[in-house]
Amino acid sequence: MNVRILTGNESAAYSAMKSMVRVVAAYPITPATPVVETVAKLVESGEMQAKMIRVESEHSAMAACIGASTAGSRTFTATSSHGLAYMHEMLHWATNARTPVVMAVANRAIGPGWNIWADLSDALSQRDTGWIQLYCSGNQEIYDTIAMAYRLAEDRKVLLPAMVCYDGFVLSHTAMPVEITDFEGFLEEYNPKWRLDADNPFTHGNILPPEPFAELRHNIQKAHDRALKIMKKIEDEFYEFTKRETPLIIEEYRTEDADIVIVTMGAIASEAKIAVNSLREKKVKAGLLRIKSFRPFPEKDVKNYLEGKRVYVFDRAISPGSGGQLFREIRSALAFSDVKSVVPRVVGIGGIDVTKRTIEKAIFERKIWIKEVVA
Amino acid sequence: MKISEMEREEYVLPGNTACHGCPSTICLRTVLKALKGRAILVIPACCTSVYMGPFPNSAIKVPVFNTAFASAAATASGIKASLEMQGDDTEVVVWAGDGGTYDIGLQALSGAAERGEDIIYICYNNEIYSNTGIQRSGATPFGAWTTTTWAGKTEHRKDVSEIMLAHGIPYVATASTGYLKDLYEKVKKAKEIKGFRYIEILAPCPPGWRFPMDKTVHMGKLAVESGMWILLESVNGRFRFTGVSRAIAEGKRKMRDLEEYLISQERFSHLSKKEIDEIRRYVQEKWSRLIKLEGEVDAAIAKFYV
Repeated sequence: MNVRILTGNESAAYSAMKSMVRVVAAYPITPATPVVETVAKLVESGEMQAKMIRVESEHSAMAACIGASTAGSRTFTATSSHGLAYMHEMLHWATNARTPVVMAVANRAIGPGWNIWADLSDALSQRDTGWIQLYCSGNQEIYDTIAMAYRLAEDRKVLLPAMVCYDGFVLSHTAMPVEITDFEGFLEEYNPKWRLDADNPFTHGNILPPEPFAELRHNIQKAHDRALKIMKKIEDEFYEFTKRETPLIIEEYRTEDADIVIVTMGAIASEAKIAVNSLREKKVKAGLLRIKSFRPFPEKDVKNYLEGKRVYVFDRAISPGSGGQLFREIRSALAFSDVKSVVPRVVGIGGIDVTKRTIEKAIFERKIWIKEVVA
Repeated sequence: MKISEMEREEYVLPGNTACHGCPSTICLRTVLKALKGRAILVIPACCTSVYMGPFPNSAIKVPVFNTAFASAAATASGIKASLEMQGDDTEVVVWAGDGGTYDIGLQALSGAAERGEDIIYICYNNEIYSNTGIQRSGATPFGAWTTTTWAGKTEHRKDVSEIMLAHGIPYVATASTGYLKDLYEKVKKAKEIKGFRYIEILAPCPPGWRFPMDKTVHMGKLAVESGMWILLESVNGRFRFTGVSRAIAEGKRKMRDLEEYLISQERFSHLSKKEIDEIRRYVQEKWSRLIKLEGEVDAAIAKFYV
């Protein structure tokens, strides 16, 4: 077993290498910079068989990834915050062009004022670009998820780009033991159904009249629907291959007999697990539902796990004028179910530390619930 | 080279949706002939993204990848990297307008040139945003009417071919719709060179410049003969005037009167004598700067390499 002590960023870079990525185009931004640096080092040393394009902006990084992908190579990039915002146009392009680009996103707030710390609002404001969005809560998970994301993105029934997100600094710069698995066998060399080829010319992305355009968008929605089913298959195959249970859709923890279920994403979920155990010691039957896949959103699973529960949704982001993005999704998923109540809490904005105390405190603040559940 | 020796195969097909007298179709036809159809085209938002025709049809017989306005050079870099990893040596060619080159795409262009990407970047410069219907661009000359400069543009144009010269790339050339053989030969020459290659073609646009649609080639010639557009070429830093511009620079040929060029286009019809003189001053200044540059390059080569 090859275990190394890696930061979240290094885990992402190593996973890209082991996933047989052949083209990387990236631009540094805090806190994703070390991904770019590590990939550069791996490529220069010859350990990673890839071409690295040191582009002049994130917009160009995504454009180059899209180009490389359509020309038939597995591609990778990494960014964060303003870099992701700057890519926005090309994120839409990657989806409509059906290019299975995989990107690591170290989640960070967007300025001004300059804030480099954890906040999911960078990725959540890309919610509607059609990308698959997977939120990790540990470094091994980042390592695993990138390989799984390639399997998913490149599946011919899916063909969508995917971003693998993890909280800036909390995960990106924190070192943990990570088992470095060779993914050969789980992944093959990228072999697309079509690619730009002088011997087989076709025009990609020309003017698309309303009806075929609507069909293209409809097909993307269908691909997201299919992705949920394929994710389950990939989870199983990944377990067979590595003996590691890495979720792609959701992670459930002690929800079965729970009165109160905490719902959250990303690194906060790791803290919430500790809070669940601590709450149970205090005679509050708590559970945790971690949403790993925000897009596609696993509405049915959410409903199954949360039916009849008291639900507390913790968002590390806010859509001003509406509230926490995850809260809105959860509430709409539970619209016609017999859930007791869904309560929002926005925490950890701009990198404020979220500990088990933050979560426990929030739950004990709802005195009505505590009266109901602690006999 | 004789015209009869040009490639016979057509790669820009009839039935495309370009305006009558469109310079872009004429030049793209010539470029793809020079490349013998062995190229992957990257096209950002520009007239070509419209006239290639709507899905599921296409008027271009080589692989085309349409990309976003600002990102032609970056997309081409990615395609080239991918082909290289697969051992495929197909030429990757950007075909962009002056909007996608001078303005919104300049950053990506400069980045790709600085990185020495092995691609050919061709700008067909019609001196306006013509896809959106005749708005000013960074390439629009002083005084020209557009729909965002109703009384005439108040600034002179910039010159991206000079900016590309400053990047020290192995090949920079300008061409004109008036001299297609010259364009054909320049593309062929660029094809033989490795690294980042930049070619800029003056593309007189009949609806944008307001002249009759049968005068496109004539206007392309007039621009060069009057000195308003300069044909040049730089191979590995060896800078030269070419064609008619070379004859003018060597004093073998007199420039035609600039006014003749200006009055044949309605976009300049409102110009006062003072404004015409301002354009004349700009053109003269540009010529003297470039002649000096050619002289300096020659002197440097004589000093260091001989």
